[in-house]
Amino acid sequence: MEAQHNITLPEGSIEKKTTTLNFGPTHPATHGVFQNIMEIDGERVVSSEQSVGFIHRAFEKLAERRNLYQITPITDRLNYCSSPLNNMGWHLTCEKFLKVETPKRVDYLRIIIMELARISDHLICNSIVGVDTGAYTGFLYVMQYRELIYEIYEEVCGSRLTTNIGRIGGFERNFTNTAFTKLEKFLNEYPKVLREFENLFTRNRIFMERTQGTGGISAARAMNYGFTGPNLRASGVDYDVRVANPYSSYQDFEFNVPVGTTGDNYDRFLVRNAEMWQSISIIKQAYEKVQSFKGAEAEIFHADVPEYYLPKKEDVYTNMEALIWHFKIIMGEIDLPKGQIYNPIEGANGELGFYLVSDGGRTPFRLHFRRPCFIYYQAYPELITGGMLSDAVVTMSSLNLIAGELDA
Amino acid sequence: MALTNETIQAHLEAKFADQVTTFSTETGMLSFESPAALNLKVMQYLFDELGFTFLSDLCGVHYPDNTGAELVVVYHMHNFVDNIRLRYSIAVPVEQPDVFTASKLFEAANWMERETYDFFGINFVGHPKLKRILNVEEMDYFPMRKEFPLEDQTRIDKDDEMFGRG
Repeated sequence: MEAQHNITLPEGSIEKKTTTLNFGPTHPATHGVFQNIMEIDGERVVSSEQSVGFIHRAFEKLAERRNLYQITPITDRLNYCSSPLNNMGWHLTCEKFLKVETPKRVDYLRIIIMELARISDHLICNSIVGVDTGAYTGFLYVMQYRELIYEIYEEVCGSRLTTNIGRIGGFERNFTNTAFTKLEKFLNEYPKVLREFENLFTRNRIFMERTQGTGGISAARAMNYGFTGPNLRASGVDYDVRVANPYSSYQDFEFNVPVGTTGDNYDRFLVRNAEMWQSISIIKQAYEKVQSFKGAEAEIFHADVPEYYLPKKEDVYTNMEALIWHFKIIMGEIDLPKGQIYNPIEGANGELGFYLVSDGGRTPFRLHFRRPCFIYYQAYPELITGGMLSDAVVTMSSLNLIAGELDA
Repeated sequence: MALTNETIQAHLEAKFADQVTTFSTETGMLSFESPAALNLKVMQYLFDELGFTFLSDLCGVHYPDNTGAELVVVYHMHNFVDNIRLRYSIAVPVEQPDVFTASKLFEAANWMERETYDFFGINFVGHPKLKRILNVEEMDYFPMRKEFPLEDQTRIDKDDEMFGRG
């Protein structure tokens, strides 16, 4: 080859047998800001290296200067496909740390919101797997039910994506009738849609051939890599934080923990679908339990924790004690107890843990988020090496990687 | 027999005698410490003999006032069979923050150790690829250490009338 004078090629790059492919960070097939530098031989992936941190926002550092209630909006921005789960996880951590007992009605309302969030997260993940295997229809079809879920959030807390839902001790206000009406609409209509969504994919020849046997991982390797959530269950380990360490009264509910066998993309898809059915059943049970509260009990939506739960605005203007608490909370003048706590919840893509260290000051001394997808993304090269490049794309979406959570 | 916090503590004390210290069961989770050089031995023992085969979390904490033990590495381990968790921590001086890597035992530790190195500068000896992961590679300090505070929201030394701090 004749030497070109305007560019300098690295030594040996002309004789190379493989191609280096820069996949990401803003590639349309990565669904988020991830970079993968792959060596490919034809269409086979020989090796790959990930780089992450493109949207790192130093949440753990920010949290060291914030009061507990100011940290909730930070948690929104971790896994933004299911913000309410992160918010609830944070509130539950604070409540466990501060030894706050929440009323049963609050627990059940929270479970409704958490399971709705789980459905919306799984829905996005599974329909994106569909998009990456060439079926756009499912994605558009289920989107209207994610919209309905977002309307329920909006009715409860006023916002849709980054929800900042709930407070330490409960909710900022009681659920409105509209919220329950929309929930009923969801419970009536969504099962049919999910059934149809399953019909579209589960026994679809093209979908099965694209996903079966790709991106698989054994149970032992998955555990060693720190997999949790649907990805771990797809490889056959029945670990679910809701069952292992029940929180927010999950022990009062009947549900199954679906597991797969091979841990490949197809099993991950099936596990997520099965979990959506379980979530629907949990929401139904929770809604029945919520409806069984009568009279004054049906008006309870928060625990009595004046140190951390903002008083009603009318009271702040008319009542001296409420005014004092309001001031103290807003100005962050409440000292936390000393101690440490690690509290995990079952997030939509795995065990979401909060490790809080307090030295008795007004803000956490250290707060660490155990972000499930940060931990299992390191297994990605092992999952895709030897496979086709197009399977690597499907594997990435079926792992349910959320850039916000990955980079914190 | 299922493990409890007490039996784990008894096993550890039988194996490592007075090398494992400060046991506590605050909020129900057993936590303890050991000298930093023992970390792999303790974790291997927990992994092989007591079934703690899952590393839930690994992170650093910086205590600038604990002279000689400023940087702490905290491991959260989980036994799936008996469904019990524990917290294990080791402390190293900030001048020489060398800790043996757990990435040979747990693949999960690989990135978590890189993250801890990135933010606290803890040097994981034997790590296959210890380089920054979330921050830019050119960064020359460790931002989660306490000597880099965020701006105090109540500071009054700024002349900033536009934003009400005048």
